[in-house]
Formats: sequence, C-alpha cells, structure tokens
Amino acid sequence: MNKIVNDFSITVGTKNGSGSSTANNTILRAIFKMGIPVSGKNLFPSNIQGLPTWYTIRANKDGFVARREISEIVVAMNPDSFARDLASVPVGGAFYYADDIKQPITRADIAVYPMPVKELVKKDPNVPTDYRDLVGNMVYVGVLAQMIGIDLEKIEAALVFHFKGKQKPIDMNLNAVKAGAEWAKANLEKKDPYYLEPMNKTEGMIMADGNTAAAIGSIFGGVQFVAWYPITPASSLAEALNDYLPMLRKREDGKHTYAVVQAEDELAALGMSVGAGWSGLRSMTSTSGPGLSLMTEFAGLAYYAEVPVVVWDVQRIGPSTGLPTRTSQGDLTFAAFIGHGDSHSVILLPGDVYECFEFGWKAFDVAERIQTPVFVLSDLDMGMNQWMSKPFQYPDTPMDRGKILWDKDIEELKGNWGRYLDKDGDGIPYRTVPGNRHPMSAYFTRGTGHDEYAKYTEDSNAWLRNMDRLKKKHETARQYVPAPVLHITKGATIGIISFGSTEAAVLEAMHQLDRDHGIKADFLRVRAIPFTREVTEFVNKYDQVFTVEMNRDGQMNQLLTIEYPQIAAKFKSVAFGDGMPASAKWVREGILAQYVAPAKLNGRNGKAAVKVKSTATRGKVRKAAAKSTAKTVKKVASKSAKSRSSAKKTSATKKK
Amino acid sequence: MATALPMAGTPANVNLAGLTKNDYRGNPTTLCQGCGHNSISNQIISAMYEMSILPENVLKFSGIGCSSKSPTYFMNRSFGFNSLHGRMPSIATGALFGDHTLKGIGVSGDGDTASIGMGQFKHVMRRNVNMVYIVENNGVYGLTKGQFSATAEKGLTLKKQGVNPYMPVDICMEALASNATFVARSFAGNPKQVKELLKAAMAHNGIAVLDIISPCVTFNNQENAYHSYAWGKDHEEPLHDITYIAPRSEIILEEEMKEGEVREVSMHDGSVIILKNLEKDYDPTNRFEAMRILQEAQANNWLATGLIYIEAGKPSLVETYNLTDTPLNRLSEADLRPAPAMIDKVNALMF
Repeated sequence: MNKIVNDFSITVGTKNGSGSSTANNTILRAIFKMGIPVSGKNLFPSNIQGLPTWYTIRANKDGFVARREISEIVVAMNPDSFARDLASVPVGGAFYYADDIKQPITRADIAVYPMPVKELVKKDPNVPTDYRDLVGNMVYVGVLAQMIGIDLEKIEAALVFHFKGKQKPIDMNLNAVKAGAEWAKANLEKKDPYYLEPMNKTEGMIMADGNTAAAIGSIFGGVQFVAWYPITPASSLAEALNDYLPMLRKREDGKHTYAVVQAEDELAALGMSVGAGWSGLRSMTSTSGPGLSLMTEFAGLAYYAEVPVVVWDVQRIGPSTGLPTRTSQGDLTFAAFIGHGDSHSVILLPGDVYECFEFGWKAFDVAERIQTPVFVLSDLDMGMNQWMSKPFQYPDTPMDRGKILWDKDIEELKGNWGRYLDKDGDGIPYRTVPGNRHPMSAYFTRGTGHDEYAKYTEDSNAWLRNMDRLKKKHETARQYVPAPVLHITKGATIGIISFGSTEAAVLEAMHQLDRDHGIKADFLRVRAIPFTREVTEFVNKYDQVFTVEMNRDGQMNQLLTIEYPQIAAKFKSVAFGDGMPASAKWVREGILAQYVAPAKLNGRNGKAAVKVKSTATRGKVRKAAAKSTAKTVKKVASKSAKSRSSAKKTSATKKK
Repeated sequence: MATALPMAGTPANVNLAGLTKNDYRGNPTTLCQGCGHNSISNQIISAMYEMSILPENVLKFSGIGCSSKSPTYFMNRSFGFNSLHGRMPSIATGALFGDHTLKGIGVSGDGDTASIGMGQFKHVMRRNVNMVYIVENNGVYGLTKGQFSATAEKGLTLKKQGVNPYMPVDICMEALASNATFVARSFAGNPKQVKELLKAAMAHNGIAVLDIISPCVTFNNQENAYHSYAWGKDHEEPLHDITYIAPRSEIILEEEMKEGEVREVSMHDGSVIILKNLEKDYDPTNRFEAMRILQEAQANNWLATGLIYIEAGKPSLVETYNLTDTPLNRLSEADLRPAPAMIDKVNALMF
C-alpha cells in the first residue's frame, strides 16, 4: 500500500460539552508544530451539553487548508452520531471508535480500529472519576498519534500551552495520551495509508483565532472604550479584550486608559460606543447578525451625526435558533446599507487571522479619519477557529486621529468654525469633542436637520447640501480603506472575486480548475467597501467575473452590479451558504456550472459554448499533487494611498 | 476659559465663574406657550448660573420627544447630543467616559423613559452614571399629537384616544427598584423646589433622577388629569422645604428653622441640602421610607414632592473604572498604543 503523507483530513465526532475541544486543539497544534500546514474547524451545535459536534482537521503539505467535504480518518466518540460517522468514511479510509459504543460495524471497505477508551482511563488512579470523560478524549489523541505519526513531544508542547504550564492537568492528560499510544502500538495493526511526517512549512508562524487577533489589533489601535453584549460567535472578541487589555496597557500608576462595559443589549452596546466615539474615544463594539439588527437605529444615527465608531460583526447564520453556531457571509448588504434614509457604510473585510489583527487597529484610523461608523465583517470560521498566521506585526503607521480641534485650535480660529463645514473639499468636516473648554467649541449634535454650523434647521437646501457632502465623504473614503489583494495567474481568462475567509478555498479551486480543466483565473480578494479603483480595474479586465461568497443571494455580487451597472451582465454569482466553511469543491463546481468557454463568448468560430463538466474525482485530485499556486503570483493591488494596507500573503500556500 | 462672551448692552451681574446668566441660555423655545418644560429649562439656567457651574463642564443629552427638544433651549455653551427615542442613557453612559471631569444632564420624557426607554432607564440607574436624569412627565405624547404615555393614570380620558385602560408606571418607584442613588419628584408649577432639587441633583455624585410633573397645556391639562397644573396645585404635598447650600458657604439657620425641625444632608462636593420638616419628619436616606411614601402617595392620590431618596458616597460608574487622571480623550498615542516590544510578547503568547 502506498503511503499517503501529509494530505488528508480527520473528523472527530463527539458530544457537545464533553471536553473534546482540548483534545482536538491538541492534535491541531501538534501537527502545526510538526511543520505541516493544517487547519481545524469546530462544527458545533447551539447547545451547552449533549448534542453531536464535530471537529475537522485538514493537514496538507501544499498548504491547501480549506475545509473538505470528506475526511479520510474519522474518530467516533459519540454513540448518537456513530452510524452517520461510520457511513461518512470514504473507501480505504480509517475509522477509530470508542469500544464502549456497541453498534454494528457495517463497513468492510475501510480500516476499523476500536479503542478501549474507558478501560484505559479507569486504569489510571490519578484521574478522578469525574474527570474520566474529559481525559478519555486524550486516549484518541494517543491512539491517533501512534497510528498516523504525531510527535508525542509536540503533543506535550500543545498541552503545556493549553494548560498554561500547570503540571497537574498536563500530566493527567499526557498520561492518557501515552496510554492510548502504547496500547495502540501493542494492539493495533496499521491497515490504512495515511501518515504524517514532519515538514518545515509552518516555521515562524503562529496559531490564533480571529477574535483574539481582532482584540489584540484593537488594543494596538489604542481602543479606549468597548461596550458589548454576549452573542455567539462574537463574545470571545470582547472577552479577549478583557483578557489582554490589562497586560498590554498596563501603566505604572495602575490607572486604566480604557473601559469595557457589558451592556444590557445591543442597542445600548452601540449607543454607549457611539457616545464614547462622539466624546473623542477610540470606541468599538462587537456583535453578530441579530445584534447588528438591534444596532441599526444607532448605526443610522452615527452615520448622519458623523460619529466615529468601530463595529465588528462576526457573522453567523440567520436569526434566532437553528444554525447560529455556523459560519456565514450573510450580513454584507445589510451592513452596506444599514440605517434609514440614504446611507452607505464603510466596511472592512479581513480575510484571515492576520488581517483581523491588522484591521483591528486600522479600523480606528479609518473611522476617525472619515468620522463614520466602520463595520468590520469577520465570520465564525475566522473568528472562533484556530488558524495558522504570520506573526502579528507592529502597526506601520502612526495613529490617525482625523480632523479634531482642541481648545487652542478654536482659539486660533477665533471661534470661527463649523462642525459640518466642508473646509477641505473632501466632504470631511472638523469636529470638537466634550472636554474642550473653549467657549466656542461646543455644538449640538443631532441626526438630521442641521446646517454647516450644527444649527437646527428644516431647510431643504441645507439638507441637500449635507447629503451631497456625505456622499462626497464616502467617495473620499475610497482612498483610506485597504486595497484588495490580487493573485495573478499567467494567461488568466477569467476573474474571481471573493472576500473574507473564502481565500483558501478559492486558491485551491483555482489550482484545480487550471490542472483539471485548463481554466486559468486571476483572483481579487476585496478587503473594503467602498470599492477602490483596483476593483474597477479588475472587473473591467475579464469577460467573466465570478463572485464567490458564503450566502444564498450573492450579496457581494449584488454590490458589484450596483457599482458597475454597465457591465453587470458579466458578473456570475457563486454563492453558497450551508453554514460550513467554504470548500474548494463548491467553489470549483460553482464556477464550472456557469463558466462559458471563450470561443462562444468571443463568437469567433461559431462553435457552441463548451460547458465544462467537473470530472475530477477525489483520487485524481490527490494524485496530481499540487504544482499548486506556484504559478500564482500574489500582489497587493496597490501601494498608493495613505493608510492602505500592504498586507502580504499570510496563508501557507503563499509561502512557497 | 471662564470668560463671559461679549454681550450687547449694559454689563450684567456675574457669578463666581465670571459668567452672566446669558452665558447659560439657549435658543428661544419652540415648545407651546405655558408648557411645563419651558419652566424647567428656565430653572436649569438659574440653577447652573447660581451654582457657578462652567457650561463647558456639562454635557447635555436627550432622547426624542417634546422634552428632548429642550436641551436646545438652555446652555448653548455646553456640548449636547439629541439622540434616539429612549436611548439617551446609553449615549450619555458612553460619552461621560470621554472626560470623567464632566457632568451629564439628560432631559427625557415619560414616553422616552417609561415606554421605549424603560430598559436603558433601569440600567443607567444601576450603573450609577454621573448625571442628572430629568423626566419631564406629562402623561402624554405631545409631538405625535396626544397619545397616552405609560405614566398616564388608568381611566384618563383624552379626546381622540378614549379611556386609558392600563395602570401607570411610577418613575420614582422604578428608579428606586433599580438602585438609583438620588430620586426626587417635583412639579413644574413649583419652580423654587425644582431649582433647589436641580442644584442638589447637580451636586450628587452619580445618577440623580428628577421626575418632574410638567403639564402639557395642549393635550393633557384637564382639571381632573393627574398631570395638569390644576390637579398638581390641589394635590401637591411637599415632603419638606428644600434648600441647597453651596460648598464653603456658612449655614445660617433662619429663625423659623429650628433644631429638630430640619434635616441636613451632606453632599459629595461639600455642599449641604437643608430639608425643613413640614408635617412629618421624613428621612430621605431610608429606602423603606422612600418606598412607603411613594405607595402612600399613590394610594391617597397626592403628589408627594421633594427629595425622596438619597444615598451619598457611592462611587459613580466612571470612578469604578479607575481611569487615568488625564481625561481619556486627552490621552496620546504614547498612552494608548503598546510599545513595539509588546508585539513580540503577544506573538509569544500565541501558539
């Protein structure tokens, strides 16, 4: 049997609340420390205890770490999902299960490995009875380590990290791992081809989740005020702020330069944040879709009152119960037009954990420069799962506090200033904030109905002038938001646009399209709204532009057709939202389903359009080991403007 | 910066801050003539002037409604934020973190507070935000032309609305139940008491709720209506005569204020509130008494006014956050952005 090395997925099925996340993260981190590109995705129910939950890990030597639909190795720890888990193993795959689950094994086309989980844990007198289930999860870690080749030393490193160096739990868990490994060595015979071997492809990288990265980025952005309300999957962002602020903003006098308030609901969370932003603080909140709905009224007010504030939306699926613990990119158009009356938002779209950090600090610069709410749209997959990332880098630009006037400025102006006066012609007015003691500094803030000097008016012309200025300000925003990231392929005939966490899936799909179908694509990952000129250049370059996103209606596609109505017909929406992180398969198939070969498009030889069918089997995919993105050159689209990002590629793929 | 702005005309009297009363005025009111809210705005101007408070040290907040329009009509030199219906408390809560040396004064109405804003009202109480929270309470929605509000009494009959079928919300009880540290009720028809209570509220450290019955002359001023001038005048029973004494002023008890008949409440800033007993000795530092007097007033149809409850000495919200002496919004990048070396520390903390 030919070995298959560093190219497969593992799924572990457990019961929610059984403590398996420690075990799963341990496997993930150990593989990462072995230098193998890897990703881990927690597919969990909205539940505290009892419902089935799965964790999938993908190791890939070529750096393709998007989710796959299939896992070659399945570990079944939950009787309730046992039959489903067993049926999911592909032919030739491996199935590990806790042998206290007495259910029929109906497969002869896979390798089956029973594990005496309970028995092994019971043997260890140091494991208290009520810890047996938790520690039991470590047995499968040990068995897997032995059978597929995870270094025990790396497992220990992961446990030391997880338990913050506390020896007792480290020992207890490590002993269970060792017991599992020893038992497997003595009792199991390897009957499947899947192995891990050390590489050097993760050197210098870190592993983190996007919410933590966003929190740390915000702290380096000088966040001063946070009001939030608990909601999955955004809660851990605010909690990370609470964790890291005391350390990163520690002062000798013990005083605090920030305040975090848990609000009574999302209305108050954004209300407080807007109040603080109005008062001159770097202010933020974090939420998810339903919370964003409640924030809508304040978002509209902040747009018209021109208050800088940062709103993180860690997107999840839909309203109420059902799939709130599943990932989505379904809030894009909602955020883009949030408010009442005419409004259009400035939105930042981080694509990975590093950009969650980077946009964490950048969002404040943009918000204070433009004097408007800035929405940062992440998602559950990026926010809550552990991703490989390049290390966080110190901000490369000083803080931009925008156009703010203090006492001496007003004195110099002899009090002659107008809060909503477009002095510079860029639509951005000057502002003062409370605490400015100059007698001419104060103004009265309202949503609508004010003139250039913030005086109350219901005059139509003043209203129209203000609306025009706000529009101009939005145009100005284009030069302050991060430019997109561009991946160029030689000979590309189509364009692909995506945003957020789909990049890994798109890059892998591009590779497959090229290899299996000869379709070469350029790829632009949009990182902000309003669109920058690079987006305009990109969409004009191709006859077909495929927009890949995780929702039903193709929301980015909608925004593109609104922005570029004259070429709207060439946008093809590849939208899919089932709550799972994007996979290369659906990106590829979604593109192929709508792809029209150039002959027809050009109409040169009169031949019928060639619809390319997806023919690649998984087997083929595996064999034709990725020459991968070697041909793909990634560029950051532009280096121009002031606070533009110059982010370099952060995924492992890029390291090649 | 405590300079009076040059005003036309003869030099006026100035207060200890060197300001004239004009420095405390706002734009001309656009509310109805005779509206209780105008009388309250005037008392705010007088109270602030007499207390020599710098307008620049005060932030004005409001929600939506007739009452919420009124911050435009006083203290033009103060920053103000006319926010959203029922959401004034959250705006104020966040804004007051910007500079902890500032004091908030919020004006709301009974619809803004007791209906759409009930949630935020309760939470701004329990957080003890450092602000005066005035409810200009008239039992009716004015700007939308006369619908019942949540403080309207059961059985109130209004022209277009018919008969109010619901029990009213008692603002002071709600405030007490939410652990407000200063709760008072007054009547716009009793301007002297309004002014003294405003001064006491400004001197209070933390949330100070003033539920002021402020008749709507257009929609709800029928003689038998609880929120009318006539009913108020007939049924008001002050708990005490209240006098605010500024810090460092010598307290001279007037002839008629004999010992045993007055009660002194010392405030956080050194000022003192003198409460002169009327019919009974009322102790506003006793929560049980406060609840009892509100129940009694409700049961007996009187408008009990005065300082109902005070708990001095409890830290206000921003004080519990141990903030820098420099106001947060004056901090610079050096204070806010961690040093470059910290990035390595952070990366080392990741796996």
